[in-house]
Amino acid sequence: MDVSAALSALAPRLSAAATAALNVRRLSGGASQETWTFDLDDGTPLILRRRPPGGAMSAAALPLSTEAALQAAVGPRGAPVPEVVRVCEPADGLGEAYVMRRLSGETLGKRIVRDEAFAAVRPGLARRCGEVLATIHATPLDGLPPLNVSDAASELARYETVYRQSGARRPVFEAAFRWLEERAPPPLQRPVLVHGDFRNGNLMISPAPSPKGGLVGVLDWELAHLGDPAEDLGWICVNSWRFGEWRRPVGGFGDYQDLLDGHAAAGGEPVSLDRLLFWQALGSLKWGVMCLMMYASFASGADRSIERAMIGRRASETEIDLVLLMEQAA
Amino acid sequence: MITHPTAAELTEALAGVEAGPPGDARAAFIARVADNARATLEREAALGPAAEAAAVARLRTLLGRDGDFEALNAELCARLRDGRLAPLDPAVLAHLKATLVDQVAIDQPGYWGLGALQSEGAPSR
Repeated sequence: MDVSAALSALAPRLSAAATAALNVRRLSGGASQETWTFDLDDGTPLILRRRPPGGAMSAAALPLSTEAALQAAVGPRGAPVPEVVRVCEPADGLGEAYVMRRLSGETLGKRIVRDEAFAAVRPGLARRCGEVLATIHATPLDGLPPLNVSDAASELARYETVYRQSGARRPVFEAAFRWLEERAPPPLQRPVLVHGDFRNGNLMISPAPSPKGGLVGVLDWELAHLGDPAEDLGWICVNSWRFGEWRRPVGGFGDYQDLLDGHAAAGGEPVSLDRLLFWQALGSLKWGVMCLMMYASFASGADRSIERAMIGRRASETEIDLVLLMEQAA
Repeated sequence: MITHPTAAELTEALAGVEAGPPGDARAAFIARVADNARATLEREAALGPAAEAAAVARLRTLLGRDGDFEALNAELCARLRDGRLAPLDPAVLAHLKATLVDQVAIDQPGYWGLGALQSEGAPSR
């Protein structure tokens, strides 16, 4: 299938004045999804997200139509997300896919936390992240597509099973599983819509200071689910997305209190720092286990690339965060 | 001492790296990862034996028994798993931290967290 031709055929349905798709270029893609950028000939900048033909859906990933539905649900409530222009139908010839507006900004964490261009927006960014998360978490669940429900105990159990299957013997993970298990908050009576991957890399930041505080787009909704709002607040504080700015725990650009204040000010359920830190530690543990899983595809022979092998050596960076958090708690 | 992947697996993966076409972004990325892997292997050859010996000495004291690194590390994992050792036991944390400092010095010496471990601890609460 020629993506470019299919998009040109679809152009009039994406924008009334358009007749063709230009500058079609694939940006990235894993086994489960691809991202393409293109313009319409009337100047509309767009993004196509699609499942590659024959692409295996990872167990946790949502159908793309669900991603699109979530963006369409949270956008009108004030969360910055790309506007969904079309959820593709079989006749569109693009497979499982949707088209959304392309936003301008930066997603590379290294630039966001370090470049001078972002110096003016960084001070307000953690608070703004808290506000945006409160908006997402307040989304009414009626009318949303079906989503998994998870809580701290079930996530811990799930990742411990994966860790056991890896055959690794990592005492930091062993200690962390027991430590977090003791402290796991009970499931919420009313779980909320959680983005599930709210961190540098999935946040589009504009360098122009504005009342919107630089965060112009929350991307990649494939891990969204129903759960504890503190999960999103803790995940963005995991050390692996601080890009060297480790004294700024919120994404390498902000402080815990700014994030929590923004969340509360925008109507979010009050979340204590301890609860956030629980989810940060669980996030580090999950990312560590994911590093082992990615290595496992090397060990099993499924992917013998040096890249897959080397990612296993990144598990130790998550252990740093865990040991520091356990020391603080001791 | 370090597994997932072991040094032998890294060596094997490196042997499979092929040069890509000039200017190809993916090939350039893989070349950088391969350079990293070679540097990691060099550090592991230089620092690994001393790190493992130090870990074995700590584990013998902590666990009160003898054995090689693999056996002692497995014993530590088992005791943490079944609760015979508490996750926040200061002696356990001291061993975990010391082992991690040595391991990250091999895996990712440029990683900021190494400095955080050795200096003033985690970001302020």
